[in-house]
Amino acid sequence: MKNEDFGDNEALELLNTLGDNAFMTTIDNLINWGRSNSVWPLTFATSCCGIEMMAAGASRHDFARFGIEVYRASPRQADVIVVAGTIVKKMAPVLKRLYDQMPDPKYVIAMGACAVSGGPFFYNTYSVVRGVDHVIPVDVYIPGCPPRPEALLYGVMQLQRKIKGESFVKPDKSDKLL
Amino acid sequence: MSEEIIKDVIIGENEEYIINMGPQHPSTHGVLRFEVCLQGETVKYLIPHIGYIHRGIEKMCEAITYPQIIHLTDRMDYLSAHINNEAVCLCVENALQIEVPERVKYIRTILAELNRIASHQLWWSAFGMDLGALTTFFYGLRDREKILDIFEESFGSRLLHSFIMPGGLMHDVHPNFQKRIKEFIAYFRKKLPEYDQLLTGNIIFQNRSKGIGLMSRETAIAYGVTGPSGRGSGWSCDIRKIAPYSAYDKVQFNEMLETEGDTFARYKVRMREMWESMNILEQLVDNIPEGDYTAKMKPIIKLPVGEYFQRVETARGELAVYIVSDGNKTPYRIKFRTPNFSNLFVMNKITSGYKIADLVAVSGSLDLVIPDIDR
Repeated sequence: MKNEDFGDNEALELLNTLGDNAFMTTIDNLINWGRSNSVWPLTFATSCCGIEMMAAGASRHDFARFGIEVYRASPRQADVIVVAGTIVKKMAPVLKRLYDQMPDPKYVIAMGACAVSGGPFFYNTYSVVRGVDHVIPVDVYIPGCPPRPEALLYGVMQLQRKIKGESFVKPDKSDKLL
Repeated sequence: MSEEIIKDVIIGENEEYIINMGPQHPSTHGVLRFEVCLQGETVKYLIPHIGYIHRGIEKMCEAITYPQIIHLTDRMDYLSAHINNEAVCLCVENALQIEVPERVKYIRTILAELNRIASHQLWWSAFGMDLGALTTFFYGLRDREKILDIFEESFGSRLLHSFIMPGGLMHDVHPNFQKRIKEFIAYFRKKLPEYDQLLTGNIIFQNRSKGIGLMSRETAIAYGVTGPSGRGSGWSCDIRKIAPYSAYDKVQFNEMLETEGDTFARYKVRMREMWESMNILEQLVDNIPEGDYTAKMKPIIKLPVGEYFQRVETARGELAVYIVSDGNKTPYRIKFRTPNFSNLFVMNKITSGYKIADLVAVSGSLDLVIPDIDR
């Protein structure tokens, strides 16, 4: 999703309504409104970015304003997995398993340079997976080492926009749009 | 049915079974796996499995120059980033026999103590959360943000700064540096008693931490448990006292010791260390001498052939850096003796015989940072 579309919800709504009747669209909008405002993340942090994720959830930055409030310890209750930190080869199968255990619809945010690409420092190491997208599909990338909590909030807002463009009634359509 | 059969077969009291805790578990503070052998509800033994975040930092260091190594040490124990940087810098400076300016020493000590307070605040938040007290999380991180503001103003980043360089600092601190620290001390002196009111006196918290995870002084020494965890067992192991570096020989401070050796003792050591760190800050902040922010360094740092060793006190214990140099601009071998590695492996000893629910409290009180264990 482009940055300039960020404040422009109408374009997305127009795309969303194309070829649908009003009833289905209303249902979709209702479902997406509910889903996008109650994204529950999994408590999963491997390294430094996890501390910034904690800071984003704490007093000053207050994740809860965006509905991404309840950290779930079990993947079976989580909607989004924020991969915060380096994923090494020993951890990759575990991460895949965690992702598989999450119920659909599920989303992935790659937080920090290590999760995006293997990192500015650990790219050349023998043990590091160079980007978490080698293991699981990623929806939103947040660069930084580590990203500020504001960057994570921005990433979460982008994810919410992505969820708003989905169609529950016609799942194929959302694939075309995104 | 006889009572024995009920115990053996139906309840399974004498039966052993093994459960996994981790790698994804909220109270392991990262990706650590405990293989816990239980008999009923009692922990029989426990095997920690490490390596889920092994990034090969020591091996990488063999291919990069000394100023570049600083950036990797940040990411080992990210909650004591400044102190980790300082360890490598001191080792390189000792090898080159460079005398850094007094201003640098003072600023480094101030940064180390600020970092220690921030680390203990985060530990306090997470420890409360481990034991089910969610409010501590909001109190601790609220105050931690004040320290991060000071860091951000001077170094431009919140968590990992890579600010301390071999020979001095990367650049001079912000003009507001001293003012902000004084503001913070005044603020935090009022807020720290709240921590005690909220958690220390809480009867549920005390019941869950007193007498749990007993570690004798001998055990602490045998396993090399340093830092506040070791000092909670009465082992005087503060490197700031034993082998003062930077400006620690110019300040008056007490080493915090508790003799009980249980989870609550380790808690008390850290709470008292926060007070003591503020005392150190107060002694230093008004006396920062004027001068250069770095000593004169060559553009390419080459250490003479030999072996060099330096240890510092991070927020979690003793971090030692051992460099073998063959005269090149990269080290031949670098070894980090990280505090968390030793602190982790005492887990088996001090949790055996306690209930599975106490395991979380004990591992929280050791304040483990997993990337520091695996490196």
